[in-house]
Amino acid sequence: MSVAAPHHRRPARPETVRQVVLFVLALALIYPLLWLVFASLRPEALIFSDPTGLPLPPTGENYIKGWTGTGQSFGLYIVNSIILCGVSVIGNVLACSMVGYVFARLDFPFRKTLFALMLATIMLPHQVTLIPQYTLFRELGWVDTYLPMIVPKFLAVDAFFVFLIVQFVRSIPRELDEAALIDGCGPFATYWRIIFPLLLPALVTTAIFTFLWTYDDFFSQLIYITSPEKFTVPLGLRVFLDTTGESAYGAMLAMSVVALVPAVAFFLIFQKRIVDGVATSGLKG
Amino acid sequence: MSMPSAAGAHSAASGPSAQARRWRQRHSASAFLMLSPWLIGLVVLTIGPMAMSLWLSFTNFDLLTTPDFVGTRNYAYMLRDPRFAQSLWVTFIYVAVSVPLKLVVALALALLLAKASFGIGPYRAIFYLPSLLGGSVATAIVWRIVFGADGIFNVALGWFGIEGRSWISTPDTALSTLIALSIWQFGAPMVIFLAALKQIPADLYEAAAIDGAGPARMFFSITLPLLTPIVFFNLVLQVINAFQTFTPSYVISGGTGGPSDTTLLYSLYLYLEAFTKLRMGYASAMAWVLLAIIGIITAALFITSGRWVFYADKGDRT
Repeated sequence: MSVAAPHHRRPARPETVRQVVLFVLALALIYPLLWLVFASLRPEALIFSDPTGLPLPPTGENYIKGWTGTGQSFGLYIVNSIILCGVSVIGNVLACSMVGYVFARLDFPFRKTLFALMLATIMLPHQVTLIPQYTLFRELGWVDTYLPMIVPKFLAVDAFFVFLIVQFVRSIPRELDEAALIDGCGPFATYWRIIFPLLLPALVTTAIFTFLWTYDDFFSQLIYITSPEKFTVPLGLRVFLDTTGESAYGAMLAMSVVALVPAVAFFLIFQKRIVDGVATSGLKG
Repeated sequence: MSMPSAAGAHSAASGPSAQARRWRQRHSASAFLMLSPWLIGLVVLTIGPMAMSLWLSFTNFDLLTTPDFVGTRNYAYMLRDPRFAQSLWVTFIYVAVSVPLKLVVALALALLLAKASFGIGPYRAIFYLPSLLGGSVATAIVWRIVFGADGIFNVALGWFGIEGRSWISTPDTALSTLIALSIWQFGAPMVIFLAALKQIPADLYEAAAIDGAGPARMFFSITLPLLTPIVFFNLVLQVINAFQTFTPSYVISGGTGGPSDTTLLYSLYLYLEAFTKLRMGYASAMAWVLLAIIGIITAALFITSGRWVFYADKGDRT
């Protein structure tokens, strides 16, 4: 007790300092994003002239100009991105959970070797498979479709999520599947009826990160998608980068805000789950 | 366990699980069937392409005509290619500066946050947000403007009487804007550090306090050693990711790696060679060199980790 006392008697000052430091840091960290929102609401000519003040009165002109500024509606890019991300989520949730269940629960020849291979692919830089994959998808006529990005998800190529699910299945008491064994369920029925519903927290984490990472996966979208009507949000923003000098900064900033909205909305809704997911599983975030 | 029989306590105890084990083995055909999507992906999208890309690295391949075997010419060309040397140099600096700084900031903020008596949750979320958005095109666009000639970074410097410049288009400073963007995303490792800090038993600190240890002593003798496995984990993860950074260097340089190739990260150069010049053989060779570099550095980290990574359970076992 006497030892703990000095800690308790410490004046409130260090805590005040800490809170001030945290507040200032948080503000500085978020400031570029706040600035983005403010700047997007200013008239084009005033974006740089008054960089710190509030945009009063706010104007929507940049948004109106930006929405159609690339020759396509920005809404189309958002719909395209959501389709791409949505199907990717379904692929990862189904494929990674099934494969994860098999690795966590079933015995089969070469199990350890295959599991080690699966772990190794997590660390593999994608550049090493990039060009042959591109050639393959080109031969299949899949270039300029979303298939090169979607099909791998249904083949559980994102091994990280398989690993995440393996860890989660291992935390489920075995008695639950052994009960299914007594009922004469096969492995697939056991997975689908017993394990899959219990995986919900891990599946939500998988779905959230698949959505966010696919949404931001500029590289794949850049190399595979060429038709403007199939452009996704990152590709739509790239059009502004390519076509404009300073003249269309307003539109570009406004559409950058629009592009960030889904990710920020996801974050606000699933904030705790996202941050806990990073904390417990070391998701690279 | 409660009823040892003629079969012996041991086998009776393992009865149900042995039965389950037999059941699991009996279904190895189903296991492979359920694994088949992943196995197909492994062969068709990973192992096959790896083998093919290794072969392509010894060819001239422009995507349209058949690959033409040229031996080790691509690798030899790398040694003479000044842009390759430049991109390798830029990437090494990027990794060597951004990863340690990011981890130091992450650890410092985790320590600060762990001691805060309130507001941990909201601050944890705010600090993490850049990690979530940092890889996007939109954020890189913001960065390009914030560090441009008229950007708010110069405005902020102006308050302190420092004259600004276009940080993005000056060769000396362009790379540091990319490094800053990477450090800005310290939230992910910070969150991992924070979770690990909570695992450190409070009685260790209490015991140290009895022995008269100050905060610095406690940090270097308790906190840091116990965190080394997490430092190691974050380090490996961040190094591997940093070597593959693409989007910011593409967006900030407008897809060129400029000014004067000072933001030409390895992945961007590989992309430009493969998809704008269609030098797919050369790009494949670059991919294998990247794999070798990442492999060697990761292996070196693992080998040296024995000297500085402290595993508490290992100590307990002795």
